[in-house]
Amino acid sequence: MTAFQAGAGYSDGRREEARRPAAIALDHSDPESKRIIVGFGFWIFLLSDIIMFSAFFATYAVLSGETAGGPSGKDLFDLHNVAIETACLLLSSFTCGLAAIGARAHNGLMYYGGMAATGVLGLGFLAIEIHEFVGLIAQGAGPTRSAFLSAFFTLVGCHGVHVTLGILWLLTMIAQVFAKGYRADILRRVLCFALFWHTLDIIWVAIFTVVYLFGAGA
Amino acid sequence: MSSTDDYQPLHGGDHAPGDEPVGRHEIAEGVVGYLVGLGLAILLTASSFFIAGTALVWHPSIPIALVVLAVAQIGVHLVFFLHITTGPDNFNNVLALAFGVLIVFLIMVGSLWIMYNMNQNMAPMAMPMG
Repeated sequence: MTAFQAGAGYSDGRREEARRPAAIALDHSDPESKRIIVGFGFWIFLLSDIIMFSAFFATYAVLSGETAGGPSGKDLFDLHNVAIETACLLLSSFTCGLAAIGARAHNGLMYYGGMAATGVLGLGFLAIEIHEFVGLIAQGAGPTRSAFLSAFFTLVGCHGVHVTLGILWLLTMIAQVFAKGYRADILRRVLCFALFWHTLDIIWVAIFTVVYLFGAGA
Repeated sequence: MSSTDDYQPLHGGDHAPGDEPVGRHEIAEGVVGYLVGLGLAILLTASSFFIAGTALVWHPSIPIALVVLAVAQIGVHLVFFLHITTGPDNFNNVLALAFGVLIVFLIMVGSLWIMYNMNQNMAPMAMPMG
């Protein structure tokens, strides 16, 4: 990455394509390809997103026992639903990987099929989650009931919002590849989308362990 | 810049997170990688759900087992889905991940530790007020 800075003094706005001769580069290696720089930058964003989630996790862990006389996780959580949600997200991570391979190989069947399956599985996950939230609120266990439920809805809801945004992004990427083809800049966006989607699955692993399995067993 | 240009590190240096390592461009190999990851993840998830509801193991060990399984599964996802590996071309990605893990660890453990201590110290005061 350091070699990239060597071209920072040039104001032509095309640094990523500049391959400076050795006399100008301060480092002996060339600038990295743009795909690597974009992927690395997006990876940094994802790590910062994970750090934001860790604050919600810490809040939940501190408040998980503060039920204010209301229902606890053991009374509320239905592990069958959680298992189905987990299966949806895990399979969608797999199909998202297939779509990423399809995009790299310019294979329409793999790309569109993988993306469509990912979207359907993501929507299935969201449907179960919304159904769970509606059920909780209907039985008087909404986010205002106790500190435990406030923290629960914040953490799990924040993940749900991420999945919703991910599905919107997914639809955008299907449309962009359809309209513009497998162009380098479009494929960089597909790469970032795949990273985003896999990261949502990683956060879900932490959620089903910390929130649901701990909560149901406590 | 053509699309094939974009995939090749100019001198085989780094590779982007999420990308297959250079030289593994064949579809079948990529699919096998994701299949292995999926299999391992299913195994670990099933173990987590099984252990959470079983009476077969010593009860206080369950939370520790769940944390270990979750960490293992996150590792599987990082390696097989995000392709964050320990190869020399992945050094920047791993370094960023290590820093992220450090911050997450500080936030989680620090919050729990401080709040536990505050709860302990507040307990005698809460009694007469209640």
